[in-house]
Amino acid sequence: MADLHSTFLGIDSPNPFWLASAPPTDKEYNVRRAFEAGWGGVVWKTLGEAGPPVVNVNGPRYGAIFGADRRLLGLNNIELITDRPLEVNLEEITRVKRDYPDHAVIVSLMVPCEEEPWRKILNEVELTGADGVELNFGCPHGMAERGMGAAVGQVPEYIEMVTGWVKKHSNLPCIVKLTPNISNILMPAEAALRGGADAVSLINTINSITSVNLDAMSPEPMIDGMGTHGGYCGPAVKPIAMNMVAEIARNKATSGLPISAIGGVTTWRDAAEFMALGAANVQVCTAAMTYGFKVVQEMISGLSQWMDEKGHTSTADFVGLATPNVTDWQHLNLDHVTKAVINQDDCIKCGRCFAACEDTSHQAIEMSDDRTFTVKEDECVACNLCVNVCPVESCITMRTLEPGEVDERTGMIIPETKRTWLQHPNNPSADPNMCIVRGQ
Amino acid sequence: MPNSQSTPGIAAGRLESQAYQDNFTDLHPRLDDHEALVAADRCYFCHDAPCMEACPTTIDIPLFIRQIATGTAESAAMTILNQNILGGMCARVCPTETLCEEVCVRETAEGKPVEIGRLQRYATDTVMGAHPFTRAAATGKTIAVVGAGPAGLSAAHRLAMHGHDVVMYDARSKAGGLNEFGIASYKSVDGFATREVDWLLSIGGITVKLGQALGNGLQLDELSKRYDAVFLAIGLTGVNALRCDGEDKDGVLDAVDFIEELRQSSDLNTLPVGRHVVVIGGGMTAVDAAVQAKLLGAEDVSLVYRRGRDRMNASPFEQDLAASKGVRIITHAAPKAVHGNGAVAEIEFAYTQDGPDGLTETGETFRLKADQVMKAIGQRLGDANGLDLDGNKIAVTDTGRTSRNGVWAGGDCASGGDDLTVTAVAEGRDAAQDIHATLMGG
Ligand SMILES: Cc1cc2nc3c(=O)[nH]c(=O)nc-3n(C[C@H](O)[C@H](O)[C@H](O)COP(=O)(O)OP(=O)(O)OC[C@H]3O[C@@H](n4cnc5c(N)ncnc54)[C@H](O)[C@@H]3O)c2cc1C
Ligand SMILES: Cc1cc2nc3c(=O)[nH]c(=O)nc-3n(C[C@H](O)[C@H](O)[C@H](O)COP(=O)(O)O)c2cc1C
Ligand code: SF4
Ligand code: SF4
Ligand code: SF4
Repeated sequence: MADLHSTFLGIDSPNPFWLASAPPTDKEYNVRRAFEAGWGGVVWKTLGEAGPPVVNVNGPRYGAIFGADRRLLGLNNIELITDRPLEVNLEEITRVKRDYPDHAVIVSLMVPCEEEPWRKILNEVELTGADGVELNFGCPHGMAERGMGAAVGQVPEYIEMVTGWVKKHSNLPCIVKLTPNISNILMPAEAALRGGADAVSLINTINSITSVNLDAMSPEPMIDGMGTHGGYCGPAVKPIAMNMVAEIARNKATSGLPISAIGGVTTWRDAAEFMALGAANVQVCTAAMTYGFKVVQEMISGLSQWMDEKGHTSTADFVGLATPNVTDWQHLNLDHVTKAVINQDDCIKCGRCFAACEDTSHQAIEMSDDRTFTVKEDECVACNLCVNVCPVESCITMRTLEPGEVDERTGMIIPETKRTWLQHPNNPSADPNMCIVRGQ
Repeated sequence: MPNSQSTPGIAAGRLESQAYQDNFTDLHPRLDDHEALVAADRCYFCHDAPCMEACPTTIDIPLFIRQIATGTAESAAMTILNQNILGGMCARVCPTETLCEEVCVRETAEGKPVEIGRLQRYATDTVMGAHPFTRAAATGKTIAVVGAGPAGLSAAHRLAMHGHDVVMYDARSKAGGLNEFGIASYKSVDGFATREVDWLLSIGGITVKLGQALGNGLQLDELSKRYDAVFLAIGLTGVNALRCDGEDKDGVLDAVDFIEELRQSSDLNTLPVGRHVVVIGGGMTAVDAAVQAKLLGAEDVSLVYRRGRDRMNASPFEQDLAASKGVRIITHAAPKAVHGNGAVAEIEFAYTQDGPDGLTETGETFRLKADQVMKAIGQRLGDANGLDLDGNKIAVTDTGRTSRNGVWAGGDCASGGDDLTVTAVAEGRDAAQDIHATLMGG
């Protein structure tokens, strides 16, 4: 079994699976059981200033969307930061860290946007022995209205300023947690870097309304007849989070900045994908909330099986391997031609590929009287939609045409060389030489 | 003229060659990848899962199914084999309908459990090549295991894994116990039992000595002296008698002998079976004998049990299986006499009823034509080798300790648990753990 040991900002953990700052990490009782179950580290549920703790709603705080068989795909919440007294949390963190020296314990923080409260709480956190801090600039509800959380995370100047205070008043490694509720993730990431952040973590939850109660005419979760937008997370947000992680990893200014990826990690594969895109480790919230702490066991066994199969001996081996292959559309090879192929042995003749192709645009699948479905190569634009709607995994695959083969749809002979939009004749600013070579 | 189903008496080759192949194929064939994904997708990953509790070897079912769902069937296999080294055989022979699948929450919810057994087979099949376990550093201890059935094999493997050497004795000429000689053919096809034993032994450190019977040359006193510990897993070698007139006539046989011959036959075409077959008993052995007699080409097969269906040890699934193969199940009938001139021709039964005085005969009798009568009314312990008994079996504690210091026992020969392959595996494993802890002073 591959060694999953992981180091992030010099902080060791037995594996790259950390629990994200959220209810599963809100108390000693939980965190101890999480470590026993196999989690490599935790980011403690966000702490606020000393004084009267925040107050949560006492009605439902979660809403959800489901896939087939009521599989929870997306969760939304209107919970605030920890509602337990600061001193209690700090004592518990101290005890847990003392008993689990080999596991990562990071403390998430959110205090008002002034230097003094940050200085004060950092001093207290240092006394716990915790391995680092994560700045919660992401919480989209409740705290933002009070000038914290996403209210800071949406203003790059504030991020830079607060990060600067944190680095000034503490030697602890500092992770800045980013909100996805902005139009360009690079702005806050670069601001964090300028402020001196040692790493970024992302994403926090996404503003959302998961459903509407059509009798009460109120969004869910509904509190006494009304609802508010909540933070969206779970498997459904993974694609959004992966894009943001990749953007930061391949952006020149931020490319060396360590990333802790968060958002929909549910299986070993999700973790491997985030790490391939450039994250050094992952954090998990919804999967643990849905399936319990034990779910990490599959992540551990799956990742180590995959690493063994690929010959990776350390989790650092594959971090960022996919980053160089994330590019802009204009650099994609437009002469790379594929065609859908239906494996007739696997096909169960449901016709979904036909409906999708016929009614989407391309009419490239033929249906015979006996319900045999075949691809018309002269119509197939290789869009992949049939692959995505087919209920049988790997029943439809994409075959890449070899150089010299003819694309029956366009008549083009597949060239040896690659041609992107930058060289394409239809591009008014393309390289004319390339067009002459292709006879166009 | 070739034989047919209606050829009188006992005859071989009642069917076309192809029919034997069709009849004895896999009862539950391996799921293909698509089927496995769909089946795995149905599991809810229950907390403190009831299925896991119901598995005698406590396999972490939700975890292994999740591992299948995430494309790592090999990891799933390890989750299974860590708990149950014969997870491959158990996937094929466990009466899941009375174990894990019976309590699956989706059985409760929809009357359709997650197909745990078939998923287990899907996973374990991926690692039946190279042996996936390694041995700990040698301890210098040697343990004798008597009986190479599921209990003995499970114990031997666990002991070898802990670094002990094992010498395994078996009276027969082949290892595997009832996996090799008892389990119905259509549950373990293509020589799986033999392949699994070879695969298990390839961990190393286990010397197998065949044709060596305890009580016949080999004595427990001597084994106790020679080895650091002894584990007895000798199964049940005695067969219960009908105790009715004519039991000694030709054509009356023990169902286990019939099954053993069938399991070892390389050409079912040459295996004789009666035209009219009557099987007596209500357990798994009775059903297996009846079904296989029918599949071999017997014209009619009746399974006769002295109590009601609800009291049969064979599960409803197995009863249905028998019925679907054309076996007639007759209940509340007890054998009175076997009739025939030298060989059996008919067997006479008395109808019975349950009453306040237990089972009594109603006074009414009936006869069935029979060229073959198979007795499947239970097996019992052969020789207890001087150990204390609990009922008819060797008395053992939770971890298999017998009344004699340094001697453990498990599987069918020992008290506690059902007589099932999976239970034997669990008992062998647990005894091995206890032997290991005892020898290493832990
Ligand atoms: C016909 C039949 C069908 C069955 N079908 C199923 C099924 O579908 N599913 C299921 O779960 N269970 C089934 N069972 C029960 C299952 O086979 C047993 O519970 C299981 O094999 C018990 O394992 P064991 O190791 O204790 O004994 P066994 O498998 O009986 O092995 C005992 C071994 O000890 C050897 N031995 C015996 N005496 C001596 C001696 N004196 N010296 C040396 N060696 C000796 C024997 O040769 C044998 O190899 C079936 C049983 C029978 C008879
Ligand atoms: C109920 C709930 C409470 C959360 N509270 C916090 C919090 O206090 N601090 C924080 O930084 N993130 C918080 N989060 C966000 C998670 O840490 C995480 O970023 C997000 O859920 C995405 O990961 P996931 O898809 O694995 O759930 C919370 C999420 C949930 C569901
Ligand atoms: S999950 Fe627990 S706390 Fe929440 S509503 Fe259900 S019982 Fe109550
Ligand atoms: S969607 Fe897939 S299974 Fe259905 S008809 Fe098309 S190829 Fe066959
Ligand atoms: S009871 Fe059924 S659904 Fe629940 S974990 Fe077991 S197999 Fe899965």
